[in-house]
Amino acid sequence: MNALEIDAVWKYFGDFPALRDIGFTVQSGSVVALLGRNGAGKTTLLRIMAGLAKPSKGSVKINGNEVREESTRRRIGVLGHGISLYDELTATENLVLFGKLYGLDDAAKHAHQWLERTGLERVRDGLVREFSRGMRQRLAVARTFIHNPEVLLFDEPFTSLDDRAIAVLQSLINEAKSRGCTIVMSTHQLREAIELATHIVLIRKGELAYAGERRQEMLDDPTWLYRTFEGESVS
Amino acid sequence: MKEELSRKGAELAKKQISFSASSAPLRETVFSFLGQCLTIAQKDLRAEWRTKEALNASLAFSTVILILFSFALDPNPEMMQEFSGGLLWLVFLFAGALVLNRSFAREMQNDCLDALLASPVPPSGLFLGKTLANYALLMTLEFICLAEFGILFNVRWLANVGPLMLVMALGTWGMTVVGTVFSALTVNLRLREVMLPVLVYPMMVPVMMAAMILTTDLLAGTALGPGNMLWVRVLVGFDVIFTLLGVSLIDTVLVG
Repeated sequence: MNALEIDAVWKYFGDFPALRDIGFTVQSGSVVALLGRNGAGKTTLLRIMAGLAKPSKGSVKINGNEVREESTRRRIGVLGHGISLYDELTATENLVLFGKLYGLDDAAKHAHQWLERTGLERVRDGLVREFSRGMRQRLAVARTFIHNPEVLLFDEPFTSLDDRAIAVLQSLINEAKSRGCTIVMSTHQLREAIELATHIVLIRKGELAYAGERRQEMLDDPTWLYRTFEGESVS
Repeated sequence: MKEELSRKGAELAKKQISFSASSAPLRETVFSFLGQCLTIAQKDLRAEWRTKEALNASLAFSTVILILFSFALDPNPEMMQEFSGGLLWLVFLFAGALVLNRSFAREMQNDCLDALLASPVPPSGLFLGKTLANYALLMTLEFICLAEFGILFNVRWLANVGPLMLVMALGTWGMTVVGTVFSALTVNLRLREVMLPVLVYPMMVPVMMAAMILTTDLLAGTALGPGNMLWVRVLVGFDVIFTLLGVSLIDTVLVG
């Protein structure tokens, strides 16, 4: 079954086409590394997949449903560039807030479980504005996973994370992988992404340059992908 | 006859069962929607209570305006009858813009708006939740302003307090709904503090006119009646139309 169906997606910013006719499918349980140079359109595509922006043309479906449908959004976990947490609320209040918005029965219980898992139990009543960068990042990870999403969308998840947050996120990604979650992550960290991924999508100047399974050549030499496909389009 | 009655009774019972079965998910959906609205409103009010950035600024601003006007104008009773409503609602409007400006701007910090939009909360729920929080803040601000106004201008507004509260409630809802929509619309603009009043004030002319006229009447001792009921209808109509517009347009405003 296809977890994600991207069909002929175009996105214009004014007259500029940031995405041009992007189309591929992602099977349930796949881990997709969304690769491309700065400005290639990775974040724009991820935002469309997450329902945070609408495509100018084309469609995106998650498990066969429109992204903006409430039932679909209940199944998605998004970790973007920002931590998406309120500085004026405590760690518990932030997690309870998102737990309630996702309709969890006992949001407070889930919040405490995730605070424990991310090592933030000790500061659960502390305001987020008083947290260190690493603590805020771990809390953002907890927010992403609190509703047990089936599809995870990460925009450069490891960028600017500290060691502990990277370890927490890696273990949660591995756990999600073993549960059969579908994961799409945009990243510049080629080697780590290719090692983790089952499928690779390469975007070049808003166009799809490669979409397919991870190949041995990519593992042997992560730059092989760029060298091979950056100059040519794939049919 | 008895058989017919029992047959009709059975049909009615069947209809009631099917009605309650179909209304249960609807009721659940409505309660879930209201719960999400209240969660958003509670979050905004809690954040504002911790920082008090919008409330402190708007309170200080409104107090200064009222004090300056009390020195600038000679508050004799005749004159007060003419300008009390206008003065009061201008203060509400200018001070209210400071509260409304913060509404969606608060969500830009740490990209919180993305997390809200990615969540299952419908944009209309997000909008209504924020509107409720803004409404509570503006009503608080207005009660304080009204008390200050009474002291500084020697106006006995308690004489018509019930109808006055009704006018304030209706006028403030209209102001809040329009302000919240435009707060969402201007959230990504660099000059949003300037753009919000520029865009919002012309839209609020009907609600302000109605609220000013009614408030002036009530403070002058004229009760609500056939003579000014038209303006109450304007307030109600404005509130209903702009609430529906806000709810239906907010998805386009926020997601595109």
